Amino acid sequence: MTAIRPAIEVSGLTKSYGQHAVLNGVDLTVPQGSVYALLGPNGAGKTTIVNILSTLLAPDGGEIRVGGFDVRREPAGVRATIGVTGQFSAIDELLTGRENLRLMAELAHLERATATAAVTVLLERFDLVAAADRRAQTYSGGMKRRLDLAMTLIARPRLIFLDEPTAGLDPRSRRDLWAIVREQVADGVTVLLTTQYLDEADQLADRIGVLDGGRLVAEGTAAELKRRVPGGHVTVQFTDAAGLAAAAAAHPQASSNVEALTLQVPGDGSVAGLRRLLAGLDDDAVAGLTVQSADLDDVFLALTGRTAAAAPTAEGIPA
Amino acid sequence: MSTAYAVRDSATMLRRNLVHIRRYPSLSIMLVAQPIVFLLLFVYVFGGTLGAGLPGPEGVVGRAGAGDRGDYLEFITPGILFMTVTSIALGTAISTATDMTTGIIARFRTMNIARVSVLTGHVLGAVIRTGFAVVIVAAVAFGLGFRSDAGPLDWLGAIGLLVGVSFALTWLTVGMGLAADSVETASNTPLFLVILPFISSGFVPTDAMPTGLRQFAEHQPFTPMIDTLRALVTGTSAGSDLWLAIGWCALIALLGFLWSRRLFLRVPVK
Repeated sequence: MTAIRPAIEVSGLTKSYGQHAVLNGVDLTVPQGSVYALLGPNGAGKTTIVNILSTLLAPDGGEIRVGGFDVRREPAGVRATIGVTGQFSAIDELLTGRENLRLMAELAHLERATATAAVTVLLERFDLVAAADRRAQTYSGGMKRRLDLAMTLIARPRLIFLDEPTAGLDPRSRRDLWAIVREQVADGVTVLLTTQYLDEADQLADRIGVLDGGRLVAEGTAAELKRRVPGGHVTVQFTDAAGLAAAAAAHPQASSNVEALTLQVPGDGSVAGLRRLLAGLDDDAVAGLTVQSADLDDVFLALTGRTAAAAPTAEGIPA
Repeated sequence: MSTAYAVRDSATMLRRNLVHIRRYPSLSIMLVAQPIVFLLLFVYVFGGTLGAGLPGPEGVVGRAGAGDRGDYLEFITPGILFMTVTSIALGTAISTATDMTTGIIARFRTMNIARVSVLTGHVLGAVIRTGFAVVIVAAVAFGLGFRSDAGPLDWLGAIGLLVGVSFALTWLTVGMGLAADSVETASNTPLFLVILPFISSGFVPTDAMPTGLRQFAEHQPFTPMIDTLRALVTGTSAGSDLWLAIGWCALIALLGFLWSRRLFLRVPVK
């Protein structure tokens, strides 16, 4: 009787570029068949983690096993387990879409008939039939991303890494891509994805790890994280500086922008909270207001005391 | 990773590179044009004068004493064929460096394939490209009046030698392409391959050179290769040059292969 090994086991992962520490001891466990999202701003170390787990980059320290294989000692085993779709398109632009898929099928050592069938199925599933015999350099961004993912999936890997899979995609392409990821998960595939978008992590992931300054500062299900995050914020637009100053005095936890005459008041997501805020505002001094649900900035603010944009990449992480 | 997979992956990568060569013909045209331009330049601009300086090919053409433009064409054709090989090898440094900048190389690195097949694909593609280029350049030389007494076996030997030289030099230039930090660098570092044939027996007999240069020209690896090629395409005996040429090819291929493989297989730390 052996317990099923987690698909990814990482403990104490460190990585520096010279003096600059990118990863400061990351611990991470992803059970088989689950979706794990690494959430964090640019420079948090998300891509570095993916590159180390996919054997593209050597780690400095830590125990790292992927699919049960040690990334340093058994890289071939890791590579046989995984499929990777990175931020930058990993397609051959001089080849057609069909040829790209065919190339991957051949490198996966599929039988000729199996390969042909798989290419046909993927071209249809990824809506690339019409463009199949055009060179990939003529594809749009969304098409390139779909081809990229199709190339990753043709070998039917049991574990896939998706590094910011929807960065730069339009909303429809994003939803298409989410649907494809869900299909993979339904087939039992394990997914590690990185994203800057809370809603993406919310939509897809079983567990979310918030990465900041090369360390996981929080981890849990989407619901658990949201409980730790206030329900977004309310932005109030004032007609003059006096109105702003008065409201700012009444809400010491809010941040005000004197030039734009706006006040950002953190909310708790409740109607009662919003009603209390509105009751305290002077009708004549307010030009308008917007209610925003929790975004990555709010998560960061709540978990690190800073906004995501202001988060440093390595130093000064609160213990 | 079994040998069978290494062969299969190399064949797959070779097909990929052949498609690249077909879809990006301007590089091939430029690379083939270079030796043809040199051939025309040397035969028609310098050929009359240089031919007169030839020592007289004993027993080859059956004419003793100072030669003419036609004799120079005969003298220079092996050097030009050799230059075709170096020209394509230089192009391979560029295409390898260009390939390394594309995202699909990172994908290959995350795949469970015989990784060196990425490189063997480039090398074998270059050898095939060289084959086509040599045929074109040889046809031009024949068109200009090159004639030889070489039999089919001699030509077979010449082709074998050119394939060997191409294989060896390409492993070296693939390494240069990998070592280069940019495509521009990759197009500059192998330029010595274009210069070296001039400082050999390829364009003028080494006897005419000053002492120091002559010693270099007589002992640099390209000279026995060109002398062997000349012997084969003119149907004479290459003698010990043949073994020297084969030895140099084997050594350059081995060092180039080991160097390229080390550059490509290392797991980057940044």
